[in-house]
Amino acid sequence: MTPVATGFAMGTEFAIHTEGLTKRFGSQLAVDGVDLRVPVGSVFGFLGPNGSGKTTTIRLLLGLASATSGQIEVLGKRIPEDLRMVLPEVGALVEGPGFYPYLSGAANLHRLDTADGHATSATRRVRVQTALERVGLSHAAGKKVKAYSLGMKQRLGIANALLTPRRLLVLDEPTNGLDPQGTREVRSLIRSLAAEGTTVFVSSHLLAEIEQVCTDAAVMSVGRLVAQGTIAELRGVGGARVRLESPDRDLAIAVFSRFGMTVAEPGADATELIAAFGEKEPDPEVMVAALVDARVRVRSFTVDRPSLEQRFVDLTGEGFDVAG
Amino acid sequence: MSPADRPALSNRSVLGLPLLASEISVLFRRRRTWAMLASLALIPVLIALAVRLTSSRPSTGRGPAFLDQVSQNGLFVSFVGLLVSVPLFLPLTVGVVAGDTIAGEASAGTLRYLLIAPAGRVRLLVVKYVATAVFCVAGTLAVAVSGAMIGAALFPIGPVTLLSGDSIAVGDSIVRSLLIAAYISVSLLGLSAIGLFISTMTDVPVGAMATTIVLSVVSQVLDSLPQLDWLHPWLFSHYWLGFADLSRQPILWDSFGSNLILQAGYILVFGALAFGRFTTKDILS
Repeated sequence: MTPVATGFAMGTEFAIHTEGLTKRFGSQLAVDGVDLRVPVGSVFGFLGPNGSGKTTTIRLLLGLASATSGQIEVLGKRIPEDLRMVLPEVGALVEGPGFYPYLSGAANLHRLDTADGHATSATRRVRVQTALERVGLSHAAGKKVKAYSLGMKQRLGIANALLTPRRLLVLDEPTNGLDPQGTREVRSLIRSLAAEGTTVFVSSHLLAEIEQVCTDAAVMSVGRLVAQGTIAELRGVGGARVRLESPDRDLAIAVFSRFGMTVAEPGADATELIAAFGEKEPDPEVMVAALVDARVRVRSFTVDRPSLEQRFVDLTGEGFDVAG
Repeated sequence: MSPADRPALSNRSVLGLPLLASEISVLFRRRRTWAMLASLALIPVLIALAVRLTSSRPSTGRGPAFLDQVSQNGLFVSFVGLLVSVPLFLPLTVGVVAGDTIAGEASAGTLRYLLIAPAGRVRLLVVKYVATAVFCVAGTLAVAVSGAMIGAALFPIGPVTLLSGDSIAVGDSIVRSLLIAAYISVSLLGLSAIGLFISTMTDVPVGAMATTIVLSVVSQVLDSLPQLDWLHPWLFSHYWLGFADLSRQPILWDSFGSNLILQAGYILVFGALAFGRFTTKDILS
């Protein structure tokens, strides 16, 4: 978990901060007591299988739906009370792109930009052009959206989120419908936005697609937040293990216990030993030296770190792209 | 990026005028809108052609009122066209536009993007309503103008004999036509408010359109049942055909006034309902 917040309504260190956020549809709890903390300047991966409540949470954050209970702060302001002040500084792609099929890509962006009462019309044309360039759609600017492919619509949706400078970007499944090249482009776009200081909150059910760009992440499962923290913290939880191959089993166990480690489980055969780290994680070379000093015949020594993917499957209790 | 580095937010468009301009431009960039306006414009053309081609000697008492006068004075084409359009064709097109306002945006997925832009829910409702009102005017004018043009092309134009028996000059009669168009546009405002409200209740635009149109028919049917005469003054369609009073000399403003008050009442009530519904609605489309 992330460091504990210094109290709700401080609001400065988190771009998004929720407490006990709950949304109930009839008898179904779509979002169940979510305490989300998205540090300012982070690229925050919001992960979870389909149907785990990610999009509903995003709708609550953006004031599209009202929470059943709980509190929300976005950019230090309360939602939904200060929505009109917050939203101009937030760009968002929510549950896929939505456009007027009979208008061109550029005309669609013009239209949505006029809805932002704070956006200056003097710079509208230039801003639309820049946003389209940024997502590589300049060539299709004059084309009607009904002739766009799903990937192009997705890009246009991201362009819409970039129409004015934002402090926070909320991207819901931004790589949906994109080919591998497009996915790579979105990742590099996220990187460049983050480099400019924008906090990026990106949801996905495909960990692999965003893992490389995220600094922080949270995992949702069936409406609940099951893990949250920096990528390093998330990887660390559940911890690394040492895999040792040696015929001198008892000697090795004695050495490991000196390092405060416990032999977690028997290996694949009699010569394999798997030990989990205790409080500290000594350097491998120190451990190998200690083993050799104790006359343990080391055939192989490996420090295994669980992949993030494995961690998330453990947390959500299912394959990552299986509906929850 | 600290807030100080960002360009100052301008407050000039708080009224939503750019959004209104965009709304009207989007409405009139749709092929559907032009198809509806063209159909409306076609009504007086059909009437004029029918009269021109069939009646060397107009028969009185059959077809819409005043039809027999068309061949004597082309200025009557507008009038007959409007009379024919008011019960069905105009409510039909207004029902399509009003029913589409919110539900259409919801089904296209653009509603959420307008709201997070942020358009503001109240502002969006007002803009949508004003754009619908603009369409009411456009629809009525489509009938009136096309009627005047085809009438002038096919029939003689001259001083118009009013219902009261007085005769007025051509220029004066054009003013009367515009007054009638204004009367009918106002008549459609109550229906527009109903359509807007229904549109906030669904994500299926066709459903909202159909419901609005059906209500306009129901209101007229109820208005024609003498057993329900206590209800009649409250029906939004009650004064729809009352514009004949504008073709008297001097003009009788009674139904214009009553109509205005009635429509304003409908706008208030259904505007409030739409407001109550839309500002508390979870946008899940």
